[in-house]
Amino acid sequence: MEGIGIVETKSITVAPPGGFLLECGYKLEEVEIAYETYGELNGERSNAILIAHALSGDANAAGFHRGAPKPGWWDKMIGPGRAFDTSKYFVICSNVLGGCKGTTGPASIDPRTGRPYGLSFPLISIHDMVNCQKLLVDHLGIEKLLAVAGGSMGGMQVLSWLTRHPARVRSVIPISTAIRHSPQQIAFNEVGRQAIMADAHWKSGNYYGGPLPARGLSVARMVGHITYMSDTSMCDKFGRQRKDYLNPCKFDPDFEVEGYLHYHGSNFVKRFDANSYLFITKAMDNFDAADGRSLHELLKGSSVKVLVIAFKSDWLYPAYQTKEIVRACKLAGLEASYCEIESTYGHDAFLLEIEEQTRLVTHFLKKVYNGYEVMSEYAV
Amino acid sequence: MPSELNRPDHRIIMELIPAGASVLDLGCGTGELLYMLIKEKGARGQGIEIDEQAIYTCVARGLNVIHGDIDSGLSDYPDNSFDYVILNQSLQQVRHVEPVVEDCLRVGKKLIVGFPNFAHYSARLRMFFRGRAPVTASLPYQWHETPNLHFLSISDFLAYCRNKGFRVERREYLGNGRRVLKFPNIFAQIGIFVICRR
Repeated sequence: MEGIGIVETKSITVAPPGGFLLECGYKLEEVEIAYETYGELNGERSNAILIAHALSGDANAAGFHRGAPKPGWWDKMIGPGRAFDTSKYFVICSNVLGGCKGTTGPASIDPRTGRPYGLSFPLISIHDMVNCQKLLVDHLGIEKLLAVAGGSMGGMQVLSWLTRHPARVRSVIPISTAIRHSPQQIAFNEVGRQAIMADAHWKSGNYYGGPLPARGLSVARMVGHITYMSDTSMCDKFGRQRKDYLNPCKFDPDFEVEGYLHYHGSNFVKRFDANSYLFITKAMDNFDAADGRSLHELLKGSSVKVLVIAFKSDWLYPAYQTKEIVRACKLAGLEASYCEIESTYGHDAFLLEIEEQTRLVTHFLKKVYNGYEVMSEYAV
Repeated sequence: MPSELNRPDHRIIMELIPAGASVLDLGCGTGELLYMLIKEKGARGQGIEIDEQAIYTCVARGLNVIHGDIDSGLSDYPDNSFDYVILNQSLQQVRHVEPVVEDCLRVGKKLIVGFPNFAHYSARLRMFFRGRAPVTASLPYQWHETPNLHFLSISDFLAYCRNKGFRVERREYLGNGRRVLKFPNIFAQIGIFVICRR
């Protein structure tokens, strides 16, 4: 099946009256939001789906940027005839607040100083990211989203929509995510942050215009990649295979897995801002979908339809954690479906296990969009 | 659309459930029964199923289904969440029968239980004359491949309800796809009961 083809990232600047208030109390005078849309918004404006990206993602969820060798990060899920079918639905994806791919973040220019924010950028939260997406959805004239979907940190944004703006969504699809981070997840993020801050080039975040804290960010990414895979997927991909040349230095990478991590680490530096990494991982760690309460209390009386997906070998966001969302739905009496998909890919599975997710998402969206009356159509 | 209800036990359960009821189907399989309950009876339905492939079929039917086992899937629900909990052809497969039945009666106002009768005459004959473990129409498995963990007869179940003080509101018996009216513990392959707490 053909994909979307060539796409472009668009951008809007929104200056809400009185500023864009963050949860920490800080007000941004204006926010720039980078976003992409695929498909057509229907006359009733009822077919819009918001896709939320994970830690290192961006607005380019599907299709190719001109000249780019690779399509967007969830291309196989979005397009004509795909799970998020752009011949039926209007799909939106925006770069998160605090990001570095066009939306306001620590690398943006602080209008008060004329220089990049760096560490003077306010501590943002997942809820702030979602409020920012809400500005975009308002701008596009959409009162109610058909669905909000996303994996990992994208799933946290989905949960924020569910708890904070239930009147603005008809359904949600949180994938491989958590109501709140466990100490283990916080711990891995902290190692990443410490690696960045230990880099001499980081200079308390004031590295713009000079050498980048490339080593630190690269190590952070390497740790990340380990947590995204599983023991099995690493064995399958690398085994104990050695690289086929002799190393001049004793501790240069010998094993394939080392080379893989180095490659992805140094590649990441080219496309990601170290300060964004700090701010975004902190937002993930601080996130609590229920704000210290029980999620089911917040969901009581809600009519949002829920599809929760987890993967068997994911140990970073283990299924039992994702299943807490299902538990809250049960307690609150929400209509929910849940599937724990068999996979050996670890946390990366939500980007790779396309066929199974497509089966679930396609039919779930159909039901939400059309209601029960057409159910007989898909009787198997 | 042709009726999907090829199974006589499903037809009976359809009759037992009043229109508009809320239903939790434990071990709902591919969702055949749940789908018909929603479509024909306007039921509000939720399924729980352990098999991943069956989940895809359920979702394709537009059903709400949660992937998980019956033993642990029930405890999350508050008391009286559903009008009916259905435990059809799965009672004999759950590991811990007592807590599951107790939880079913906590989560649902009424429980519909359907199971194969281990004391059907064909099982008795095979046992008595051939000395072999029963393999019958309603118990189609060899001893080494059966998913069934518990083997009970209709009389066993009724005695259990008496002991526990559960009220048996309805009893339906099936043999060869037809209702059995006399000597069910001999002639019924399947027993279906509506029970509730007193």
